[in-house]
Amino acid sequence: MSAADTTEKPRDAAHGTIEVSIWRGRDEGRYETFRVPMRESQTVLDIVTHVQRHLDPTLAYRFACRVGVCGSCAMTVNGRPRWTCRTHVSKVVENGRIEIGPLANLPVIKDLAADMSPFFEKWQEAKGAFTPSKTREADIEPISPETRERKIIDAAIECINCGVCFAACDTVRWNEDYMGPAALNRAWTLVNDVRDAGNAARVHAVAQGGGCHACHTHQSCEQHCPVGLNPTASIAGLKRRTMQAFIRGELE
Amino acid sequence: MAKPRNTTYRREPLWRAAMVHRISGLLLACFLPLHFLALALALDGEQRLDGFLRWTDQPLFKVAETVLVGLLAVHLLGGIRVLAIENLPWRPGQKQMAMGAIAVATLVAAAFLVRIV
Repeated sequence: MSAADTTEKPRDAAHGTIEVSIWRGRDEGRYETFRVPMRESQTVLDIVTHVQRHLDPTLAYRFACRVGVCGSCAMTVNGRPRWTCRTHVSKVVENGRIEIGPLANLPVIKDLAADMSPFFEKWQEAKGAFTPSKTREADIEPISPETRERKIIDAAIECINCGVCFAACDTVRWNEDYMGPAALNRAWTLVNDVRDAGNAARVHAVAQGGGCHACHTHQSCEQHCPVGLNPTASIAGLKRRTMQAFIRGELE
Repeated sequence: MAKPRNTTYRREPLWRAAMVHRISGLLLACFLPLHFLALALALDGEQRLDGFLRWTDQPLFKVAETVLVGLLAVHLLGGIRVLAIENLPWRPGQKQMAMGAIAVATLVAAAFLVRIV
């Protein structure tokens, strides 16, 4: 091994420290400041994990996959909702500081763990569960990826339920009855699913007061969705579909 | 302290475009009763209305009219953008369209000001 090799720093060597303010408490609480070593390719979730494992084991937060699939680790980073496992510190750090809080528009269980119950209750209100039209004995229905309906579903189906759109939506903030972008996006995928038998009830549900017509088209959901979905377009589709249902007399 | 109400997502141009649309609509709604009140002066005779219109020849009113034309233009164009989103297939380039609406409205207002000065 050459002398140059022996002096080379390991990939995870610290490059100084970063000042991290983390929300402690529930809906009432305070920000607590920590100093965390800054490393190459470090994510915001890495920072939170470092604090919990090395500085304060009582810190509560939520994560699972760490690779942007499970949607568990969304938090507010410098005032903006983000998926923390795929957010590099170098992209969001401001003047050597970073502020991490729980998702907005949701109650706080403790510290960085938001209570996702209201978010998933909205999915239920929007009839976000698949309603089968056949029994398990029936053959699997072939769905061509080239059909119009399937292409619409493909554009909206990859939601990871992270709640970032819910936290970035002013209509959610202003109107507690509003179902929110994710639930309506889910309803839109099912409305276009030719196998689903629950669309009469679903279209009726999303046409109600807190449904698709409550959306003000601010497009914050589209701008913040970490997986690049466009719930605004899905909600617009629901607006058209409910209007068609109203004209046909299918809505009461 | 209470949990901070994070609002940095409001820095997005499209959120600001939505607020321009909303505020311009509110200001136009405030103007409309004044507009009808002014027109209603004609019910008291030609002289009353003409007198009021001459009074509005002051520079301050010209500036206000220019702002009004700008508000009308930006609300109209912003409304067309939202209607297109909600009634037509999705089109990319929404930020450019929103900024374009504001730019065109500013140009319309400027052209109006040049014409009346």
